[in-house]
Amino acid sequence: MELGFGAEYDAFREEVRTFIKGHWPPADGNLKSAENERAFVIAAIERGYLHRAIPKRFGGSEQEPDIARAEIIREELTRAHAPAGRIPGNGLVVPTLLEWGTEEQKERFIGPTLRGEIIWAQGFSEPNAGSDLASLRTKAELVGGKWIINGQKIWTTYGHKATHMFCLVRTEPDAPKHAGISYLLVDIRQPGVTVRPLTQMTRQKEFSEVFFDNAETPADMLVGERGKGWNVTRSTLKHERSGIATMTWSLSMFRDLVKLAREVERNGRPAIQDPRIREELAAIDGQLQSLVYSTYRATSHDIHDREVGWFSTMPKLYMTELAGRISKLARDIIENDFADMGGERLKWIERFMISLSMSIAGGTSNIQRNIIAERSLGLPRDPKASPGEKGAAA
Amino acid sequence: MNFLLSDDQLVLVDTVRDLLRDKCDPLQVHRIFDLPGDAQFDADLWASLAEMGVPAIYVPEEHGGLGLKLIDLAIVSELLGSFVAPVPFLGHALAIVALTLAGSDEQKAKWLPLLASGEKLATVALGEGKSDWLPDQWTLSAEGGAIVGEKVLVPNAAEADLIVVGVREGFALVEKGASYTTKRIDGADRTRPSDTVTFAGAAAELLPASADATTRLVDAAAVLLAADAFGGAEHCVTMSVDYAKMREQYGQSIAHFQGLRYQLVAMALATEPSRGIYWYAAHAWDDIRDKASYAASQAKAHLTDVFLQVTRDTVEAHGGIGFTWEHDTHLYMKRAMFDWAWLGAPSRHRLRAADYAGW
Repeated sequence: MELGFGAEYDAFREEVRTFIKGHWPPADGNLKSAENERAFVIAAIERGYLHRAIPKRFGGSEQEPDIARAEIIREELTRAHAPAGRIPGNGLVVPTLLEWGTEEQKERFIGPTLRGEIIWAQGFSEPNAGSDLASLRTKAELVGGKWIINGQKIWTTYGHKATHMFCLVRTEPDAPKHAGISYLLVDIRQPGVTVRPLTQMTRQKEFSEVFFDNAETPADMLVGERGKGWNVTRSTLKHERSGIATMTWSLSMFRDLVKLAREVERNGRPAIQDPRIREELAAIDGQLQSLVYSTYRATSHDIHDREVGWFSTMPKLYMTELAGRISKLARDIIENDFADMGGERLKWIERFMISLSMSIAGGTSNIQRNIIAERSLGLPRDPKASPGEKGAAA
Repeated sequence: MNFLLSDDQLVLVDTVRDLLRDKCDPLQVHRIFDLPGDAQFDADLWASLAEMGVPAIYVPEEHGGLGLKLIDLAIVSELLGSFVAPVPFLGHALAIVALTLAGSDEQKAKWLPLLASGEKLATVALGEGKSDWLPDQWTLSAEGGAIVGEKVLVPNAAEADLIVVGVREGFALVEKGASYTTKRIDGADRTRPSDTVTFAGAAAELLPASADATTRLVDAAAVLLAADAFGGAEHCVTMSVDYAKMREQYGQSIAHFQGLRYQLVAMALATEPSRGIYWYAAHAWDDIRDKASYAASQAKAHLTDVFLQVTRDTVEAHGGIGFTWEHDTHLYMKRAMFDWAWLGAPSRHRLRAADYAGW
C-alpha cells in the first residue's frame, strides 16, 4: 500500500511547482486582474497542465489521461492560489460539445471557453422542474432559421456573470416527456433575456432566475439532434475524474472547526478541552477519515482500472451529512454568536445554511439515496422516477 | 498512489473466504453458538484455518511463519467478522504480535513456531475492572516473577496454552498449569468465548522489550476489532438488502418501499465508506508509526459504533424473523456488542484519538 503518488511523480511535481513560481503571482502583483488570470491559464494550457483531456485543435493541451498527474497539478495550483481555469458552467459544457457538438460549434466555442472569454451558465432547472427535470416547459420554436425561446430557468449559477447559456428546452411539444427536449446554446446578452439574481438565505447572490421573452438563437445552435437533448445531457466523457477535490474541501472545513474549538472559551477553558465537544469532534473526524481514505481507495482503483464497488455513488451524500454535522458542532461552540449575523462568527452561520444547499444542488439528497439504492444496492428501479435525473443548480 | 490490496492479498482473501464458505456457513455457526454449557470455539474450523496458515500470517519467517503485516491480519479479521467465525483468532493473533514485538530470541524460538502452526493456542489478558484496558491503567505486576490479580474478558483463556498478560512492567508470559483459575463468563457473543482470569501468584516471565510494545499491541487490537466490525457490518447490510428483495408484502417485494429503501441506504452509507478508515489504520500501524495510535483508536471507535447500530437496523429491516434466536441477526448483534466493549468503548477511544491528534 502506498498513499502518496510514488517517487516517479516527484520530478513531475517539482516541474509543476517551478512553472507556477515563474507565472504566479503575476509580475504586476495584481491577483484580481482577469487579464492576468487569462495569461496564466493560456500558459498552463501550453505547458499541458490545464484542460488535459481536450484536443489541441480546440484549444486544449491533449495529454494522456493520468489521474495522478492531474491531481498533482490540482494540488500545486491550489497551494499557490493560482487560477485553475474553472468556471462551473464551462466545465459542464465543454465535454458535452466535444461529444455532441458540430465542428463549427467546437471551433467557435471550446477555445474561448477554456480561456475564460466566454462564461457559461447552465439552464436546466425550472420553477416546476427540479428533481423531475424532464418535465421542463421552457419552449423553443424554429421560425425562419432562428429558435424563438420563451419560458423561465432558475438556480442558474453565476447567471449574472455569464455571457452564454446551454439549456434544455422543449422543442417537440407533442412528443413524450423525455423525447421533446433539445439542447440549445444561447447568447444571453440580448434584449429577450432578463437575468434576476436570487438572494439566498445567507444573503449571498450566487444564483439567478433567467426569463426568456422571445429570445433568439440561430438554428445551428442546436447540440445533438432535435428531441435528443436528454441523451446529450446524460452523456459523460471519460476524463480525469477524482473525488479528491471534494474530500479536500471537507478536510479544510474540519481544520477550521478544530481551530474554532481552540479559539473559543467554554467554562473558562478552550472548548476543545470540553469532553463533550472533544468527543464529538473526534466522532466527526472518524467520519471524515472514512471519507478521506475511501476516496484514496477509490482513486487507486480508478488508476489501476479496478471496480471500486458500492462507494462510487456515495461521496456526495456522505459529504452532505458530514458538512451538516460539522456546522452543528460549530453552532454548539459559538453559542450566542450563532444568533448574530453581524458578529465575528458570520462565516459559521453561513456554513450552517450553506451545508443545506449541498443537500439540494446537483441532485438532492433524496435523489442521491435513490441512486445509491438502485446502482449500488441493486434495489429494483422505480419506473415512475428516474433517479439518474439531476435537477437543481450546477 | 496504490491504496489497494496487492495480488497476494487478494489471493489470501479469496482462499480464506472459500474456506469459510465451505466450513463456516450460518448453520454451523448456529450449531457452535447453541452448544449447551460454556461457549466453545469450532476446533475443526480453527484447525483448517491453521492448516491454511492463518495463525502464521504475522509470525516472522525465521520462526516458521509467513512474515506478513498487520494489514494482512486485518483483512482476515474482516472475513472472520463477516462470517461470525467462532474461532480464537483475536487473542491468538494478538499474542503472536506481542511476542514478535517484544519477546527474547529464546521466547520467540520456543513459542512462535508452535503458535504459527496452531499446535498451541495463545491469548492476551489486557482488560481490568469495568473499563480499564490501556497500558497506563494496568495494575497487575510481574515483579518477582509472579502475578497476582484479575484480568477480564480474556478470550479463550480456559483453552489457552499461553497467556500474554499486560502488566505494569509491560508484558509477561504465563503458561498453562501456572497458578491461575479461569471462569468463563456467560458472554453474549458465543462465537468468541472469554474468561475472567484470577492469577494467584502465577509464574510469569517478562518479555524483555515490552515497555514500548504495549501501546503497539493495543493499537493492533483496535485495528483487528475495527476490521472484524467492518466485515460484520457489511454482511448485515448485504443480508438486509437481499431480504428486502425477496420478502413480499402488499403483493410486491418490500424493496419497492421508499421508507425501507432509505433505511437500507443509510446502513450502507454508514458502512461502506468506513472500509477506508480501517485500511488506513492497519497501513499506519505497519508503515506510518506516528499516526498509528490515533488511526487505530479512530477506526475502533468509528467502526464498532457503526457495526452495533447496523445490527440494530438489520433487525428492523427483517421484522419479526429478525428478532428470533433462529435467525442470524442476533449472532451479528452479539459479535458487535463484543467488538464495541472489548478494549474500551468508542467514547474512550475518541478521547484517546483526540489526545494523539494533539487537539
